[in-house]
Amino acid sequence: MAKHTPQFMPNTKQIEPLRILDENGKLLRGETPPMSDDLAIYAVKTMMMGRGFDEKSFSLQRQGRLGTFAPVIGQEASTLGPALALDPKRDWIAPQYRELPALLHMGLPFESIALYRLGRQAGACIPEGVHVLPHQISLAAQIPHAVGLGWGLKLQGKDGVSMAFFGDGASSEGDFHESCNLAGVMKAPVIFLLQDNGWAISTPRAIQTATTDFAARALGYGFPGFAVDGNDLFALYAATTEAVARARAGEGPTLIESRTFRMWAHTTADDPTRYVDPKVLEQWKKKDPIERVQKYLAAKGKWNDAMTAQFKEEVAAKVEKAYEYGFNYPPSKVEEIFENVFATITPQLERQRARHIALRS
Amino acid sequence: MPQMNMVEAIRDALKLEMLRDERVVLLGQDVGHLGGVFRVTDGLQQFFGPKRVFDTPLAEAVICGSALGLAFSGLVPVAEIQFLGFTHQAFHQICHQIARTRFRSRGSHPAQVTIRAPFGGGVKTPELHSDAIEAQFVQAPGIKIALPSNPYDAKGLLLQAIRDPDPVLFLEPLRGYRLVTGEVPEGDYTIPFGKLRVVREGTDVTLIAWSVAVGLCERAAEKLAEKGISAHVIDLRTIVPLDVEGLVAAVEKTGRAVVVQEAPRSASFGSEVIATIQEECFYSLEAPVKRVSPPDTPYPLHGLEDHYVPTVDMILKVVVESLNA
Repeated sequence: MAKHTPQFMPNTKQIEPLRILDENGKLLRGETPPMSDDLAIYAVKTMMMGRGFDEKSFSLQRQGRLGTFAPVIGQEASTLGPALALDPKRDWIAPQYRELPALLHMGLPFESIALYRLGRQAGACIPEGVHVLPHQISLAAQIPHAVGLGWGLKLQGKDGVSMAFFGDGASSEGDFHESCNLAGVMKAPVIFLLQDNGWAISTPRAIQTATTDFAARALGYGFPGFAVDGNDLFALYAATTEAVARARAGEGPTLIESRTFRMWAHTTADDPTRYVDPKVLEQWKKKDPIERVQKYLAAKGKWNDAMTAQFKEEVAAKVEKAYEYGFNYPPSKVEEIFENVFATITPQLERQRARHIALRS
Repeated sequence: MPQMNMVEAIRDALKLEMLRDERVVLLGQDVGHLGGVFRVTDGLQQFFGPKRVFDTPLAEAVICGSALGLAFSGLVPVAEIQFLGFTHQAFHQICHQIARTRFRSRGSHPAQVTIRAPFGGGVKTPELHSDAIEAQFVQAPGIKIALPSNPYDAKGLLLQAIRDPDPVLFLEPLRGYRLVTGEVPEGDYTIPFGKLRVVREGTDVTLIAWSVAVGLCERAAEKLAEKGISAHVIDLRTIVPLDVEGLVAAVEKTGRAVVVQEAPRSASFGSEVIATIQEECFYSLEAPVKRVSPPDTPYPLHGLEDHYVPTVDMILKVVVESLNA
């Protein structure tokens, strides 16, 4: 037998996540709703917008009219719940690429999203006043930016908070570790929002980490962590609200592990039937994050099936309009290649532009 | 005018800009209390306080990545990476994130970020500290690259770098840090990017260099003059942007060109200089364009480095080859 016992031992059993609303939309014993009915209705609508956008995008992609994109379906509460705890006027989100409802809440217009999915460079431009960093394709690369952003706001005496979204897979990247470490040291007002959706393309959680709880990693960086039911809008909102309050008060970062499930493919180029057990998928369908809040509101007489059907139609029309805008956007021009490489084009690049355009006309 | 070495001139620029613009902050390993391992930032944390000059954890990727976030928040960060060889730990943040953010966001998220790093050999560092990897960053469009060869340029180019709305990689010659001294004006001045400097006028052969190799070319030119050979020496100052017109004019003047660099030969910035000369002024050439550089071998331990880095003697031999061609 070992002579010495390490002082720090891993958990052997996963910690129970924070839950407020059960799968049938009922408040768990002793819990009070963390948000007003009006906010819950707004949340249902915003989550439905995200889902509707992806459904429409998926059919366009299958018609060959759209590039590859990463659908959010199944993770609507996991993305919106934390974002609702932010103030879009003073706080910031550094997204990965699967956070549509959160970005809609921050004010990113449908048109931008449609343009981006159509492969148009202008779609990556974030409109003035929208506190969202550009979509991030390199996994975890946005986390250092979120840390610098939050830290910089604090240095300037502003009370803004930044929130980095990333997944279980991205949390294996070095950028995650370096970022958490620096944020801890600087007590930066940052929320690390780790969405464990079960899969990094086809790689399951068990291959991503040996830990039972991603949230436990926070201890190694000297700040607190929350494990939350990632399909429970109320729990996510409540936990994040507390984390944001701590950050604003100068108490530093929080790691939030949102346990959710990616109901669709990683991207439209992926085939999850090759690796996702259909029985597991069925179990998660019963935990649908949108229906849960709809049921909660329905029990209070604030939502019904007719409203669901009507709002679905409204969303479809909005998405249709956004894509129409995208399809009618002026065709791209060769000059655009040379725009925004630098603030002012260099003489060296001017020479290349002249040559490139001459060879292509 | 005061005499300064490179370290003093760079520190002078940092202090001047931090006084002028309160958005400027410094971050990096050991840059605070210690003043940096080469003392470039010596006294700045004491002068400006701990909210302007930050010691960070030992983590190159997040030093660069958080600098971008600081810029997004409205500050003007100047990050120090202790040695250029260590930037590979931050390569993604520099090349894909910082260099590209203006382009990919169509200007909504530019990066006014300066990254300083010393590089180059000849000072007996441990392994991986001396590598001249400047050309690797040239393949990341969107970031400018300045490589001063003397204290006057170091101050003027650094002031330009920090004020430039685009990200700048500012590479400081390890061997020149204390060895190269010169007159540096006290006040504010900037040196524009993309304008090379004629170091010495000549008529027989053009020597092309940047950073510490400029000094080698100057010494070679003196020796050549003793033999009656007149060398035209130019200092590129920045390799992004490259002063194509200035380069072409300098080569056309003599019809012969030798590029001197500390980086290994293949796919180096010297290769790009030669390709440019070949495309732009082939018919003015009297001889093949030559390069003096280390071979395509790793930078060795310091017991071997004297056999590796370019020397004045090598330049003289290659110039003779060029003249006899």
